[in-house]
Amino acid sequence: MKNRTWLALLLVLGLVLAACGDGGSADTTEGGEAPATTEPADGGTDTTEGGDTGTTGAPGEGTGYTELDQALAGEFEGTSVTVWAQWLPESVEAANFTATIQPFIDQTGIQVDFQPTPDYETALQVAVDGGNAPDIAQIAQPGKMHQYAEAGSLAPLDFFNVEKLEADMVPAFFELGHYNDTLYGIYYKTDVKSIVWYPVQAFADNGYEVPTTWDELIALSDQIIADGNGNPWCISIESQEADGWVATDWMEDILLRTAPYEVYNQWINHEIPFNDPEVLEAADYMSQIWFTPDYAYGGNTYINATWIGETQDPMFAEGGPQCWMQKQAAWIGGFWGENRDFIANNPDAPPSEWPNVPGEDVDFFYFPQIEEEFGTPVLGAADMFVAFADRPEVRALLEWFATPEAAQGWIERGGFLSPLTTVPAEWYTYPNDGLSVMVQNATNVGFDASDLMPASVGAGTFWSGMIDWVAANGENTEEVFQAIEDSWPS
Amino acid sequence: MAEAMTSNQTGFKVLRALVVAAITFVILWLGLRFLSNPVAFQNFPPTVSKLIQALIAVVLGVVGIWALFYAGNTILEALPSRATEILRPYLFVLPAVAVVGLYLIYPTVDTVATSFTEVPEDAGPFFNYQEAFTNPDVLTALRNNFIWLLVAPLVSVVIGLIFAGLVDRVRLESLAKSFVFMPLAISFVGAAVIWKFVYAWKPAGQPQIGLLNAFWMWAGGFLVDWGWIEQVEPIPWLQIPFWTTFPLIGIMIWLQVGFAMVVLSAAIKGVPTELTEAARIDGATERQIFFKITVPSIWGALLTVYTTIAIAVLKVFDIVFVTTGGNLDTSVVAVRMYQEMFRYRNFGQATTMAVILLVAVIPIMVVNIRNLRRQGVGA
Repeated sequence: MKNRTWLALLLVLGLVLAACGDGGSADTTEGGEAPATTEPADGGTDTTEGGDTGTTGAPGEGTGYTELDQALAGEFEGTSVTVWAQWLPESVEAANFTATIQPFIDQTGIQVDFQPTPDYETALQVAVDGGNAPDIAQIAQPGKMHQYAEAGSLAPLDFFNVEKLEADMVPAFFELGHYNDTLYGIYYKTDVKSIVWYPVQAFADNGYEVPTTWDELIALSDQIIADGNGNPWCISIESQEADGWVATDWMEDILLRTAPYEVYNQWINHEIPFNDPEVLEAADYMSQIWFTPDYAYGGNTYINATWIGETQDPMFAEGGPQCWMQKQAAWIGGFWGENRDFIANNPDAPPSEWPNVPGEDVDFFYFPQIEEEFGTPVLGAADMFVAFADRPEVRALLEWFATPEAAQGWIERGGFLSPLTTVPAEWYTYPNDGLSVMVQNATNVGFDASDLMPASVGAGTFWSGMIDWVAANGENTEEVFQAIEDSWPS
Repeated sequence: MAEAMTSNQTGFKVLRALVVAAITFVILWLGLRFLSNPVAFQNFPPTVSKLIQALIAVVLGVVGIWALFYAGNTILEALPSRATEILRPYLFVLPAVAVVGLYLIYPTVDTVATSFTEVPEDAGPFFNYQEAFTNPDVLTALRNNFIWLLVAPLVSVVIGLIFAGLVDRVRLESLAKSFVFMPLAISFVGAAVIWKFVYAWKPAGQPQIGLLNAFWMWAGGFLVDWGWIEQVEPIPWLQIPFWTTFPLIGIMIWLQVGFAMVVLSAAIKGVPTELTEAARIDGATERQIFFKITVPSIWGALLTVYTTIAIAVLKVFDIVFVTTGGNLDTSVVAVRMYQEMFRYRNFGQATTMAVILLVAVIPIMVVNIRNLRRQGVGA
């Protein structure tokens, strides 16, 4: 492989990982959308269909939100609202958001003063402590919202038409916006990592069906081996400075499916030991796929030795897939087969021009539910807006964020998933059309646990522990999880 | 001379000193203020304004240092001449001392202090050290550092010595030497990346891109044919917990052998030929000459090379960081330090790691410097 190709990919990957590994924040969102550079071009062409940026809901009918109606009637013209978000100045996210809120500004005459803020969490905390809080702030972690709410810094959103909001939003996100039964946050943007990629044509040729339960997933895996079609799973976790994070995503996704949501959050906050029986049970599920002989291509050595961008290479082998399923977020499409070299040379080409077009040769399905009682959760990230001030124009903007129009502009530009059920499915393009279905069905949203744990665990012993676990082919489960538990900072 | 000086002259000198000092101060102060005030360049495009700033900074730096010396000197000359003579050397050595103090001594002291003060509220000053020496990961790193220290310098020196001894007789000596010496020109990171490819592992059945495994699969093929082994599997050199430390040490040895060889080769050439000739006439074998005459003669050089490599080995970071990231029980103290500092933002632990390294390096440094002194290099 050409040297420069390598470098370019490593750089891209580095960015993705920097995003994933960084101490919390909605960085995972960006991580999920690494090919974002390509998406705006894509979205740009689609702008025409989603088109006429008008208000939905015929004029005169009203939006269902009092202050928003008043604002649209021009009552607050000339006022202004400050909004802070962690999307960095000059980032794609900041540009998309700026463009997305323009219709609100045009229609209401309210000036929205949007400040993308570097070093966001500290800056916001300082501003709040100093009495200079913005009117509205984006928050990526529910825990932060709880802190601010606890401290009394947040304005409760009791003016909201809650019936409408509850009807318009995926219940899990509606719930997450609450703290102590009071609504504080309006979820705006989300992301999903719980997907498994598979070769569409090869599946069809062999009569394999997309599994919808864990048992089907295991049955399919056994079937692939029995058919002599190689190994069912492509798994690897080598990623230079962040070796191991892929494994932590697996743990999290499985735990969300095998234990109550509270357990997941207690695990993050160390209210239960890291090696709680519930967690070990999830680890057993995971080892069923990772360490059952012949399940993972190349065995445990391949898992530890192979760079995550190359995990799925055997899936694209000449003469048919050597491994059939890979659990990884949507950005992996840019690393398939010949896509790596192609994108390195044509960084601006839209996915539809790649040698392996995502969705055609290889598509994804939802990482199946495991125990029915724990529903169909998603692992991912989500951003909400909270208010530090309570003025009519602030209310109006928050209400607007709960309408499809607030999502439309960004969806057109690509890389946006809305937690609203009112956003028409046809607005989305691949792969977000599929992902949005998962958001709609999400019974819970798991925020990336390793991002939320103390860094010495979440980006330290959790990662290295997973690597040790793989090196021993899963035979030291209890020691590994005990060691991570012991490493939790006191 | 001083007595002969008229009060008029003295007055002039004092006045001149004050004026020069004042002008220097004003120029430097205004210059720095100008540089730190971005408004001054607001109307230029960013690249241009950065260029102007850089230019001014360079001019200010060069002229400023000269002006400082000049001003200092004029002030000195206004003093009685005996004081001038005594103080002048200090004036000229002052900037160097200040720079070393500011950039070396102050950070060291601050690092040591931080390792004792950056502790949880209710913990004692030794908290970080207690944590460090009870943390299994740190103990692993310390153990690995110890293995590195035992293996890498010794093997490097031995191989370097053998090369130096042999190469002395070779006709294409300089060519042979440059081949061995070449790795020294490669950075640690570069070497680690190169060797990561050499050690690369691909599953059996795929082409081995790693040199070592490619060779092993080829050679192993013969072994299988001869019935010596059942089947040949690629070896995951960098994925074997604990043992992977040794392939990593191999990288360090590859880097350091050249250095050892060059220094030792020069030392061997310094051994008086009369000695070896005399021994030869007395009937000593080449091996006896080498071990009984050459090696004792170059003992000082051997010690210097050994300690220099030992210091480099104690500080090893890049090789481990690039190849395994410190996973699979291969971590070393410097990698721990990096992780605590930049990944966990745990300054207390990070500075503690730095202090442990510092303390470990000091004795070796003392031996190294003493030895250099004895050889008259650093005296």
